This record gives sequence, structure tokens and C-alpha cells, in this order.
Amino acid sequence: MSSGYRSTKPGNPDFDEASQKELAKFLEGENAKMRLQQSIHTFTDLCWDKCITKVSNKIDRGEETCLVNCVERFLDTSLFIVKRLEEIRNR
Amino acid sequence: NRKQAVMDQVRNELALANAQELINKINEKCFSKCITKPGYKLESGEQTCIAKCMDRYMDAWNIVSRAYIGRVQKE
Repeated sequence: MSSGYRSTKPGNPDFDEASQKELAKFLEGENAKMRLQQSIHTFTDLCWDKCITKVSNKIDRGEETCLVNCVERFLDTSLFIVKRLEEIRNR
Repeated sequence: NRKQAVMDQVRNELALANAQELINKINEKCFSKCITKPGYKLESGEQTCIAKCMDRYMDAWNIVSRAYIGRVQKE
């Protein structure tokens, strides 16, 4: 049964190499998740302002479509900008 | 298990940060939508609006989340 760490000194636990690698991979995954969440917050903020005019008992179909379009068009805008910058660079 | 404890702590801290961000956004957006003219207290109409707005913002967050993750998986 591996607890994943060994003591280098009494009362000073450390992680063995396998555990360190596992933790590094785990942290990488959590960081990626965090960046995703941050993007969702940003898009919801932007798209709420564009799409939700009134506060009611549910989000209607038109507002939902607007929100989805908003996200897609923002990402398209991002791609467009990158492409255009390359074109400008290549002139 | 020390490794498990570290992983759990990281997950908890990230979940907390995410919840905090959501609460801050809701506060800002729902204040904007519901408190048109700040008075001397929150009127019951304003409170109802804020409660509905909270639910709608979370609905919007879920819709945006699905749209974004769907698009990311495509590319």
C-alpha cells in the first residue's frame, strides 16, 4: 500500500517522484479548468449585457439563441483578428 | 493520504474562487438591472427582481458554458 510519500527526515514528509509527477499533471489539469471557467465568466458577462434586456421568470428561446450566437461570434472575432494581423504582417 | 489531501485542497480552493467570481458578477449585473433609482432601502419589488435576476444569470452562465465547451471540443 503506497501512501505516495516517504520521510526524508523524521517529521518532514516529501513526495516521491511518481507522486510529484501525478500532482504536476493534476495541477496542469486544474489550471486548464480554471482558464475555461474564467472564459465562461467573461463571455457570460459580455453576452448578458448584449442579450438579456429584461429580467423575467425564465430565459426565452430568443435570448438563449442570442447568448449562444454571442459566444460563437466572439470566438469568430478572435480568429478573424489573428488572421487579419497575419495579413497585415505579410504586406 | 497526503497527496489526496493536497488535491482536495486545490479543488476546493478553485471551486471557492469560481463561486466568488459568480457571486461578484451577479451582484454587479443584478444591481444594474434592478436598482434603477437607489432609495433609502431595498423595496420588495427590487428584492423580487434581484431574486429572479440571480436565477436568470445562472441560467445564462449554464447556456454560455455549454456553448463555449461545445465549440472548444469542435476545434
